[in-house]
Amino acid sequence: MAIFIQQLINGLTLGSIYGLIAIGYTMVFGIIGMVNFAHGDVFMVSSFIALLLLLVATTLFGFGLVPALFLVLVLGMLITGLWNWTIERTAYRPLRGSFRLAPLISAIGMSILLSNLIQVIQGPRNKPVPPMFTQVLPLFEENGYTVGIGYKQIVIMVVTAVLLGLFWYIVQKTPLGRAQRACEQDQKMAALLGIDVDKTISLTFVLGAALAAVAGVMYIMYYGVINFSDGFVPGVKAFTAAVLGGIGSLPGAVIGGLLIGLIETMWSAYFSIDYKDVAAFSILAITLVFLPTGLLGRPEVEKV
Amino acid sequence: MTDTTHSPSPDAFNLKQALKDAGFAGMVTFGLCVPIVAFRAEQDMANKLVLQQRWWMALVITGLVVVARFLFSLHQHSRRNEHGPQTSAGAAGVLALIKPYLAPLGFGFITIYPLMMLAMHGPGGSIKWIDNFGIQILIYVMLGWGLNIVVGLAGLLDLGYVAFYAVGAYSYALIATKVIPQTFPFLGVWAFWICLPISGLLAALWGILLGFPVLRLRGDYLAIVTLAFGEIIRLVLINWVDFSNGYAGLSSIPRPSFFGIPFNASDTGFAAVFGLEFSPIYRTIFLYYVILVLSLMTAYVTLKLRRLPVGRAWEALREDEIACRSLGINTTITKLTAFAIGAMFGGFAGCFFAARQGFISPESFVFLESAQILAIVVLGGMGSLFGVVVASIALVGGIEILRELDFLKEVFGPTFDPSQYRMLVFGVAMVLMMLWKPRGLISTRDPSVIYKERKAISGSMVQEGHG
Repeated sequence: MAIFIQQLINGLTLGSIYGLIAIGYTMVFGIIGMVNFAHGDVFMVSSFIALLLLLVATTLFGFGLVPALFLVLVLGMLITGLWNWTIERTAYRPLRGSFRLAPLISAIGMSILLSNLIQVIQGPRNKPVPPMFTQVLPLFEENGYTVGIGYKQIVIMVVTAVLLGLFWYIVQKTPLGRAQRACEQDQKMAALLGIDVDKTISLTFVLGAALAAVAGVMYIMYYGVINFSDGFVPGVKAFTAAVLGGIGSLPGAVIGGLLIGLIETMWSAYFSIDYKDVAAFSILAITLVFLPTGLLGRPEVEKV
Repeated sequence: MTDTTHSPSPDAFNLKQALKDAGFAGMVTFGLCVPIVAFRAEQDMANKLVLQQRWWMALVITGLVVVARFLFSLHQHSRRNEHGPQTSAGAAGVLALIKPYLAPLGFGFITIYPLMMLAMHGPGGSIKWIDNFGIQILIYVMLGWGLNIVVGLAGLLDLGYVAFYAVGAYSYALIATKVIPQTFPFLGVWAFWICLPISGLLAALWGILLGFPVLRLRGDYLAIVTLAFGEIIRLVLINWVDFSNGYAGLSSIPRPSFFGIPFNASDTGFAAVFGLEFSPIYRTIFLYYVILVLSLMTAYVTLKLRRLPVGRAWEALREDEIACRSLGINTTITKLTAFAIGAMFGGFAGCFFAARQGFISPESFVFLESAQILAIVVLGGMGSLFGVVVASIALVGGIEILRELDFLKEVFGPTFDPSQYRMLVFGVAMVLMMLWKPRGLISTRDPSVIYKERKAISGSMVQEGHG
């Protein structure tokens, strides 16, 4: 039982990171029906941005850890948003309305471009991040096994929850969120009602990237290391999470992310750590066979 | 500034707007560069990260983008003011003139390519040209043609095609290194020829196995599940060490023989039997023709299948699944045959790959390979066989040429390593090619069914597979 609860905590932490990335996939898919394959690499770029900003803030300006992290979070979200805005503007917008596979191939190219760009400008070696919040808060003890929750796990879950709340507020209550949901339903009608569709789509990319940037900060904090090739696997898993939750659905993305995180940690704890990715992908395949639209996805009704 | 009275078009070049655009692009680029280019985190001796500042690099990149954006505005302006595409009409005329000879000429060139290279570079120097360019491109042509059946004809988006390539390669490697020497030692020299059909059949079987669960899925769901299958197969190959030897891979895989005569220096070897001086080049040339025949077989089968009911069902499925069902086409069988036949050619290619390399490991079957094959199919213009060839030459040949850029070391100094820019250039090229030709290079195709006269169909009239 103690081990189970410990794994539950670890799984939820990992799941929050996947959920944050998954929202970027699901929002972009919801609004323009495109798999933004480069999103995992945008997440990786954001981790590098966070790492560099953290070093700049702590070594050049001598900030303390907590104000530095806050600064990294805000600036990281802005800069990653700018990255994704640029990517959308240059690689996807010209292909909008074109043949359906063209943006997908462009996104795959962009993914290769981003990871190799980081390899060229930051070097191919792993970057170790200075450890932060290493203390562990013990919760209870059972048969000599102490269940604890790390301070960084608390930080990750709290920051994720706060930002998801903020994000939910933006999507549900602000004019921007309304415009975004309107474009999702019917772009032509939204345009007729005076919504700038291009701008809304750009902002969707910026929002998705901002959440990926949060995930990037959390990722380097949790794992303490980052490499230029670290975008692909979390990206695929987050996309898996988005599909599992029902692509296009925002709560679905979060639930899917938490589920994937839980499956991965539970599988590593109880079965075999080598096959954890196999487990995550197999569950994706099985879910889709029985629930083709994911957990919370709307069934696709085709009019003939 | 352009003088509007003399300009043929009233559309004057808006210098102010162009400068504004360029300045904006520069600002954005600088913003993008701020942490990620201007600083570099490097480990010191104590394995701690220290910052290096490289503001000059950020400024250089920003400057380049400003200039590029300005030139782009100029280019767009001059394109707007052009009157009719005279130059391209001339080129089209020339193309129409040589078009009937293009296929035999191209085929002739491909057939004599290794001999040409042998004559030009000698036995030692030509291996690189035949192997790295000829064989490498032909493998991708074959994979492209195989995937084309699934994506281009049946319209099923498959992001895990490399799985079947891996199944083919591992089937050959395992049978030839473990089964044949122990159970059928007398078959030793024939290993490749016996395993080739087996690998294809095993890959086809896997195609059916993986095809079953995804039959109900459509479009992007299908794409992600096939991607997941590709990754599962690779992860199993990595982790099941007893079976596949994990990361270390399988080595000393037997090379193909010339129909029973091995390519070695012994008295019964190829060179001795035909009275030639021993040289590794004969095997390379032979491998070139093997993969050439295999790919031509793929193309031939594809062309024939398009005329058969199953091929027509594939294309009908790509256009409209519901209409297909209402016309009584069995979509299950149609999809499974597409998966199986596509996978079979992937298996053949994998078997050939293992035999050519003599060594395989899971590293060769990463997602990037699937992406590259899919890029070849899409860039070629989905469904066009000739387009796949052009796209393979452009992408694979391009990557290989980027290996040859050692002379840049003399320009940028010895620390400059051109090979690390290889995949970066590949990614940029993929994006730019999509922006330039979203429909692929060859976007017209021959109709499968002709009523009275042959008409070319524009690619934009063909559906792109909703899965």
